[in-house]
Amino acid sequence: MYSYTEFDTAFVAERNRQFRQQVERRISGALTEDEFKPLRLMNGLYLQLHAYMLRVAIPYGTLNGAQMDQLALLAEKWDKGYGHFTTRQNIQYNWPELRDVPDMLDALAEVGMHAIQTSGNTIRNVTADHFAGAAADEVADPRPVAELLRQWSTDHPEFQFLPRKFKIAVTGAENDRAVIKAHDIGIQVVEHGGEIGYRVLVGGGLGRTPMIGKELAPFVPQEDLLPYVEAVVSVWNLLGRRDNKYKARIKITVHEHGIDEIRERVASRFAETKAAFNGADLALFDEIAAQFAPPAFRNAPTEAFDAAYEADPVFRAWTDSNLTAHKAGGYAIAQISLKAHGETPGDATAEQMRVMADLARRFGHDELRITHEQNVVLPHVHKSDLPQIHKILKAHGLATANIGMISDIIACPGMDYCALATARSIPIAQEIATRFDELKIENEIGELKIKISGCINACGHHHVGHIGILGLDRAGVENYQITLGGDATETASLGERTGPGFPAEEVVPAIERIVGAYMDHREGPEESFLQTYRRLGMAPFKLALYGEDTGKRSRAA
Amino acid sequence: MPKAFTPKVVTANALLEGDVIYLASDDRWVRRLDEAEIITDEAIAQLRLLDAQARASEAVGVYLADMAPTEDGPQPKHFREEFRATGPSNYHHGKQAAG
Repeated sequence: MYSYTEFDTAFVAERNRQFRQQVERRISGALTEDEFKPLRLMNGLYLQLHAYMLRVAIPYGTLNGAQMDQLALLAEKWDKGYGHFTTRQNIQYNWPELRDVPDMLDALAEVGMHAIQTSGNTIRNVTADHFAGAAADEVADPRPVAELLRQWSTDHPEFQFLPRKFKIAVTGAENDRAVIKAHDIGIQVVEHGGEIGYRVLVGGGLGRTPMIGKELAPFVPQEDLLPYVEAVVSVWNLLGRRDNKYKARIKITVHEHGIDEIRERVASRFAETKAAFNGADLALFDEIAAQFAPPAFRNAPTEAFDAAYEADPVFRAWTDSNLTAHKAGGYAIAQISLKAHGETPGDATAEQMRVMADLARRFGHDELRITHEQNVVLPHVHKSDLPQIHKILKAHGLATANIGMISDIIACPGMDYCALATARSIPIAQEIATRFDELKIENEIGELKIKISGCINACGHHHVGHIGILGLDRAGVENYQITLGGDATETASLGERTGPGFPAEEVVPAIERIVGAYMDHREGPEESFLQTYRRLGMAPFKLALYGEDTGKRSRAA
Repeated sequence: MPKAFTPKVVTANALLEGDVIYLASDDRWVRRLDEAEIITDEAIAQLRLLDAQARASEAVGVYLADMAPTEDGPQPKHFREEFRATGPSNYHHGKQAAG
């Protein structure tokens, strides 16, 4: 894992010192709210519906036990005992008071963390495949390049006042677990003839105008990556629509100008940016990469795992749903679900955070990951330790066996917290998870990803949910639109609207009807919901949702 | 005929705590909606809003929220204001916990 250099430490300390003074000046009245707001946003501090909210960056979703312990401390000392993990691998605290925030930032700095550029029109936290460095299907660990991008983008003087926010995601595998096609820039580590390079996508994004990213370059060599990415952001910085915030994201720029024109402009700008890089970035990359060397995996028998797998059906169910193949023999990647049925997706209590930190230290080479699907990962665990890990997780409400299933729902905070929301998300997620747990058919349904957003900004990724749910305000009542067929992976696609929306109390029955139609029409348990949808299209689902008067109701919508 | 004026309360978030506050008739910021002043005249509402917005060291994001006057005090016309007056639905936090 990356450790802060003296430069990093001094930089964060200086920013915290500045922010402490900015808070004091706001309280004294020397700064107006209009002056203070961009300053607090630059430091991750929002004002939400009921309170301030502090968004803390977890770069590429990686953290160690001490960092997770510190997140627990913040939750206990300055919040209400819990934190909320987000779809951009960050953590949000929902209840801090203004005077406490500088102390929270200082506490984060003690463990090499901060909240810089988690808001505002800047390059945000760089996200990555949450199985980075562990996945069996990986070309190379994407985190060194993610860290390089983080250092390059932090306080980058040219990119502090961009037309709009800018999000970068990196994957090291063909199987995309980082949703790179829904990011402003998506980067895939690729190998051509033994040489490592980067496939660069641009112009993806969700929100009110969802777009799937387009390929800008199939292979950018290592030595060109930073100048190339700088050229992309630089072209957009000048070309991006500052006249209209809804048209300011790079996806609109790419859409309006076309990918070919953008590619030409980037090439011409690249000639300039490349000349300004002197190779220091390559030396830095090597230094960073050395810090992400894999841990010393042990070669040990796995009989304990096999025995528990045979003997304990609860353990077996958990391993079947929550484990992923690891690149090292005898090892597994274990996901800790933060989606206990009926609980808030992505929330963890301070006690649970400490349990996960302790497990990482004892069994997981001191590494944890946060997924964009709002779960936690122990990326490197030896299989023989899994029975004990499972027992500890179970004792703390962390052993829910539902990864990738219908109750493993992404939900944004929605109108329970967010000032931008138009409807609530969390109660809908809680009700769906509770209902399908009662029905005891989750395993039978298999892989089915529901994603819920409480407004059109789509923090809950509803467009790329197999089933997407979007909460809206229809004449003063919460109303939910449903989309089907979205996909967040390398075969990314945007979901299609089923038809008229549903009031809150009709959402669960609607989801049941959709799932019922899938179960009736699938060719067998091996055909997933998405496959069935792609084979049959919308018609059978529409019929299940709206009955024979489908056409009439759709026209009326 | 002009449209009838929907009664309002002046509301904001407190600068220091960040929580929801309402303006009472004696100019105090209060935490409970039932203690808020309900304003039935548009001109008065605009004046109260201007005065409240000037109190920048106490309140952030001051605005007028639509309310229905009842015997139990102002009742929100929109669900967003109901949530602000109550707190989140997933935990017993916010106003509902303050009693």
